[in-house]
Amino acid sequence: MSREYETVIGLEVHVELATKTKIFCGCSTAFGGAPNTHTCPVCTGMPGSLPVLNKKVVEYAAAVGLATNCTINQNCKFDRKNYFYPDNPQNYQISQLYEPICRNGYVEIETADGGTKKIGIHEIHMEEDAGKLVHDDWEDVSVVDFNRSGVPLIEIVSEPDMRSADEVIAYLEKLRLIIQYLGASDCKLNEGSMRADVNLSVREVGATEFGTRTEMKNLNSFRAISHAIEGEKNRQIDLIESGEKVIQETRRWDDTKESSHAMRSKEDAQDYRYFPEPDLVPIIISDEWLEEIRSHQPEFRTEKLARYEQEYEIPRYDAEILTNSKHMADLFEETVALCGKPKKVSNWLMVETMRLLKEHEMEPEDIRFSPEHLAALINLADAGTINSTVAKEVFEQMFADDTDPEKYVEEHGLKTVNDEGALRATIEQVIKDNPQSVEDYHNGKEKAIGFLVGQTMKAMKGKANPGMVNQILKELL
Amino acid sequence: MFLMSLTAVELGKRIQNKEVTAVDATREALAAIAAREEAVHSFVTVDAEGALARAKQIQERIDAGELTSPLAGVPVAIKDNMCTQGMKTTCSSKILYNFMPTFTAEAVCNLEKAGAVILGKTNMDEFAMGSTTETSAFGVTKNPWNTGHVPGGSSGGSCAAVAAEECSYALGSDTGGSIRQPSSFCGVTGIKPTYGTVSRYGLIAYGSSLDQIGPIAKDVTDCATILEIISSHDSKDSTSVKREDTHFTEALVDDVKGMKIGIPRDYFGEGLNTEVKEAVLAAAKELEKKGAIVEEFDLGLVEYAIPAYYVIACAEASSNLARFDGVKYGYRTEEYDGLHQMYKKSRSEGFGAEVKRRIMLGSFVLSSGYYDAYYLKALRVKALIKKAFDEAFAKYDVILGPAAPTTAPKLGASLSDPIQMYLGDIYTISVNLAGLPGISLPCGTDSQGLPIGLQLIGDCFKEKNIIRAAYAFEQTRDYAHSPIAAQEKGGVS
Repeated sequence: MSREYETVIGLEVHVELATKTKIFCGCSTAFGGAPNTHTCPVCTGMPGSLPVLNKKVVEYAAAVGLATNCTINQNCKFDRKNYFYPDNPQNYQISQLYEPICRNGYVEIETADGGTKKIGIHEIHMEEDAGKLVHDDWEDVSVVDFNRSGVPLIEIVSEPDMRSADEVIAYLEKLRLIIQYLGASDCKLNEGSMRADVNLSVREVGATEFGTRTEMKNLNSFRAISHAIEGEKNRQIDLIESGEKVIQETRRWDDTKESSHAMRSKEDAQDYRYFPEPDLVPIIISDEWLEEIRSHQPEFRTEKLARYEQEYEIPRYDAEILTNSKHMADLFEETVALCGKPKKVSNWLMVETMRLLKEHEMEPEDIRFSPEHLAALINLADAGTINSTVAKEVFEQMFADDTDPEKYVEEHGLKTVNDEGALRATIEQVIKDNPQSVEDYHNGKEKAIGFLVGQTMKAMKGKANPGMVNQILKELL
Repeated sequence: MFLMSLTAVELGKRIQNKEVTAVDATREALAAIAAREEAVHSFVTVDAEGALARAKQIQERIDAGELTSPLAGVPVAIKDNMCTQGMKTTCSSKILYNFMPTFTAEAVCNLEKAGAVILGKTNMDEFAMGSTTETSAFGVTKNPWNTGHVPGGSSGGSCAAVAAEECSYALGSDTGGSIRQPSSFCGVTGIKPTYGTVSRYGLIAYGSSLDQIGPIAKDVTDCATILEIISSHDSKDSTSVKREDTHFTEALVDDVKGMKIGIPRDYFGEGLNTEVKEAVLAAAKELEKKGAIVEEFDLGLVEYAIPAYYVIACAEASSNLARFDGVKYGYRTEEYDGLHQMYKKSRSEGFGAEVKRRIMLGSFVLSSGYYDAYYLKALRVKALIKKAFDEAFAKYDVILGPAAPTTAPKLGASLSDPIQMYLGDIYTISVNLAGLPGISLPCGTDSQGLPIGLQLIGDCFKEKNIIRAAYAFEQTRDYAHSPIAAQEKGGVS
């Protein structure tokens, strides 16, 4: 490649809000459920039905706007986006075009060189989700499930400020964290509660004009996003290098094939004939209401990081991991409140918890054990009631199904044996059974004692107090 | 006396006084329908069995003292664009020929709570688009005063049913004059209330920002009584207004002393039939005689109302009617190849010409590149028209004029020239654009014996002013509620 290229990326991120009911009716937003059971005349677009706005949607959208440094449009409106598709019962989507609720924000991401960069947010708007089409190839029919129809969404539209897949991932992680901290959504890419469309173009380094962009859809993981960006960047550069033009089009990422194909070009683009939704009145967000939303903003990650370092004396690196998930941070703080041992709590979360999460391919949000049980386990270990080997065993049990550690230790007889007589008898037997190791030890092989400790622990089913075992062994040898 | 010749309030009184029963009234209404439908064709659906069953239930509750509403047991006809659970609701369109709603419109629920007996659903211009009730997919409704003429529209079925004494009263809807104009043509009284007074929940939308449901009846007292019952704040309709002053019957007072009435010169220019003009100005004189202060003034902007209305209403309609696609309910074409063709054929076959014309017009004015020039400009005109009315109502309590430029045209004379038909809405349309209340009531007949309508327009939320003026005018004349009553009286008043 003779020329150097720069990738320009902007994102459209859809986030499903965690309201209990839909955006324009009282139906449940619960995931799953038999098809068309969470529906009513409004979310199935029956003639004569009318939408009524769910206030909580406005509050979540404004809260996300405030957390991403947006200007809140205190007099915003809904518009209709007209297009025909069977998953859209009215054949229009109620969305916001002319007066979105938030504008002109930014989030700060950390760049590879350790610096920070502001990614602009053009706007955030509220809209309703569509239903789900299920194609039955066997019967050659399609059926529609309207359970998801009317689930509230916000769409966060960034400026074209990102230049690499890493920046995109950093931006998405930042957004996800902010929204999770707000409790506005669980932001699960694999379940579709967070969806990102990538707008990408390339241009020669130093160029002032943007190149022709494409939009990539169907990206269900950070990995897919990364790979799609790499692939699309290379595809566009190849086109330009071979003297061809990039066509403005929407492309669909195929995760199994690791490649994308064109869905529709700009020429096929529909005219959505947006106009103000006449069935809804303008939303007036009073100063008081906005202040109330602002006053309910939680402590975000940056503030938490500083506090963890200062208040709990947790190293920066550890604090970063703990605060990288709202659930993890909550678990940490609640456990500390119960047992008052921040470093030990941090250790359990950082080491054992992270190890098991990785092993089971789980997210921190999937942690099931309660702060009460973690605190109890730490107290048991601290008091010497169980040794560290046992503690790990109990923890694994707790991680699996939130077992009560005190009960478990009691029921399985796992308390550490501190009875010197019993220990001494066992050790004497071990020495008798392993003359070779004893000889090695006397010949200066210090390591041999480790083997004998191990044998003792084994004989005591792991419950022996390791300090005492060491001491008695040395004495008897 | 035939019970359907009584006003709704008079019949309601007799039912409460146990002189007659709801079942008697319903039987008479059904008999009248059976006798006159062939000539008039006011109804799309008549639910004789259901109506009788319901009348019986209501009578039991009246007897038990549970139902004391002035209209308990009185038979009513509902325009076929209001959803009625378990009763077909077609909007007089092929595309909804078999549509059975799963819920009942709020305004109809309010009537049911008051003990109304629903007889059936009345014919209308398809999706309320038209001024003659000739665009219905289920046949033309004829004017009971002269069946060679149209009843007006789009609530032509409701107005004709009242004029033909097939029901005691009816509900209509008014987007650009659809209650007032056919009321004028059929010699009945109809009110289009202030936008937001009657819930639109369950009204199948034409132009959402303009649609209002209102009463159609034999006189002003009936209309005020019905409006009082159907008005409500409805949390299911975001555009519904919370208002305290809906005791409209309090305004039934024969006193207009000192009331300031403005007559817009703009309403009496070219295009207004001379006989209509004379009858309307004579009505103004009557009110003046009773002590009202009547003045002429220039309202302005009247010529812009029609284009602004057709842009806004059609834009909204093009989107509102998108849901009728053959996927979920209603008409689906027999044979198709794929989704796109299913949409195209179902809609092409399911909608009539006038509806298609308005969907195309609406889609055009909303399309990219034209939105600002048409839709936004129309919204600005709408705002200016509202301002002009605000200025007028700073000076006047009521604005008086004709409801329509002519009396009912002959059948078949209107559809061939849609522009001419649209121009017929000139006096009613700006009332919808400004969200104002308006009433149309009879003020005479022309040389052919066809009724002439007087329109009174009030400021927003000032229905009481127009009800009072209308009631006072009504007292000045011996009044024939219907062609049947007129015949009995040996001529028309």
